[in-house]
Amino acid sequence: MSVLSFDTGATIPAGGVGVGFKPEHAPEVFGTDHGLGFFEVHAENYMGDGGPPHRMLAELRALAPLSLHGVALSIGGAAPLDREHLARLKRLIDRYEPALFSEHLAWSTHEGVFLNDLLPVPYTAETLARVCDHIDEVQETLGRTMLLENPSTYVDFESSTMSEVDFLRAVVKRAGCGLLLDVNNVYVSAVNHGTEPMAYLDDFPMEHVGEIHLGGHFEDRDDLDAPLLIDAHGTPVAETVWHLYARTLARIGAIPTLIEWDNDVPSFPVLVAEAARARGLMAAEIKRRGR
Amino acid sequence: MPGLADIQDDFANALLSTTTPVPSCLKGAAIRRADRRFAVYRNNVAAGLIDAVAARFPVVKRLVGDEFFNAMAHAYVLREPPFSPLLIHYGETFPAFIEEFEAARPLPYLSDVARLELARGRAYHAADAEPLSRPAFAELPKGRIGEYCVTLHPSAEIVTSTYPVLSIWEVNQAGAARPVEHWGAESVLVARPLFEVETRRLPAGTDMFLLALQSGSTIAEAVEAASAASADFSPSDGLAVLIGAQLAIGLSDTN
Repeated sequence: MSVLSFDTGATIPAGGVGVGFKPEHAPEVFGTDHGLGFFEVHAENYMGDGGPPHRMLAELRALAPLSLHGVALSIGGAAPLDREHLARLKRLIDRYEPALFSEHLAWSTHEGVFLNDLLPVPYTAETLARVCDHIDEVQETLGRTMLLENPSTYVDFESSTMSEVDFLRAVVKRAGCGLLLDVNNVYVSAVNHGTEPMAYLDDFPMEHVGEIHLGGHFEDRDDLDAPLLIDAHGTPVAETVWHLYARTLARIGAIPTLIEWDNDVPSFPVLVAEAARARGLMAAEIKRRGR
Repeated sequence: MPGLADIQDDFANALLSTTTPVPSCLKGAAIRRADRRFAVYRNNVAAGLIDAVAARFPVVKRLVGDEFFNAMAHAYVLREPPFSPLLIHYGETFPAFIEEFEAARPLPYLSDVARLELARGRAYHAADAEPLSRPAFAELPKGRIGEYCVTLHPSAEIVTSTYPVLSIWEVNQAGAARPVEHWGAESVLVARPLFEVETRRLPAGTDMFLLALQSGSTIAEAVEAASAASADFSPSDGLAVLIGAQLAIGLSDTN
């Protein structure tokens, strides 16, 4: 599979900006003119048999294109994928036909125990082979292309033999998936590992990016009192990250962009204002290109 | 160099223990430069799972307070972490854990409140099904209603307790907690026939009546079972709950 097929269900316009859907925002999402181009939901929250979550998701799907974001496939796990979970994902995708489906370059399950976090992998030939096998299986089962998201990480492995960007480039080439570029994750990881976020973005294979994520982080300190950024999705997008986003747009042009805010969820207008800022930056880039 | 499986073994073991050292596969581990960094993952795992438990048991949390709840839930997630990525279903063994949790002994009703919250959560996510309309019962042939079996809504569950479990739950909703007026055993029906999860206190014997229907008895057999279990059972109470709570999704004639 080498062709990106994002056209199952409604498509998201290239300049579309979305937010993560939170049930507490339902009255404003369904009852106000907010101009949002799509909504993203975490797949695992909609895997019950029925009830209000499915009723709300069906209404949401009727309102705007959906982006389905999985947080538990454990694509970077050494163990085989959970087939039962993959089958649940397939049922959800068949039912709601999201415009995008994405997952993470991370692992979250070990010996059957679900650890509920996006854990880091060493960038080695062995990990690459495992991740590509898993993505093949996902794309084969779902009958569509997925986007793989770059992680935010707090530790490095002694055994890594390639950079994260080289690793992702190799995954795209071998597995034929697309990429979800989380600009906040780029910044968080770069600060945590003392690398240069601009260089990361300049090297990133932008032609394979199908969606961008923007979110907030908070700053802590490590054992040596060096800054340690935590990808917490509980605050506004940082100024530095907006700057990196503009830099990304300059390379890529307009691309569906999502504001992620999962903890200490703000009022809906705050989210909409963040989305408007992303839309403004995209409009400016389109204008710049038109000159 | 260790392989991916070995690295993940070390990583996972250190995550679920508060005493295991940081995995040696991490850069800087030997000179303890990775401690705080690894702690981010350890905290994320514990806090994320504790949050998942808290989301299913808001009233238990309110009854014991944040600090107590977090300590109890932390002990639970380390001892019984989830074996499924569906956290909406995590916590099924929490009531049993509470019963064994030494510090919770002064609140003997706590595990039953947790059982009620579990039933509410299951009802919320249960499969959808259209309840029968009231006329469906009125149209049954006169005098033959006892021969019918009733299919109950998939969300319907009964929670029985020697404590006033629903009253405790009710007085601990948003706003200031009130004292429970009548302290005694309660049987509770939990169901979500349409959109909202509903809870109601059941009159004497009605719990047995509904459980008998749920296990496939005819209405006549269910009345008999309920009357045997409780001298105060009134068949009209039982039918009033069955119809009023919109519990029936199907009727079948056994003859």
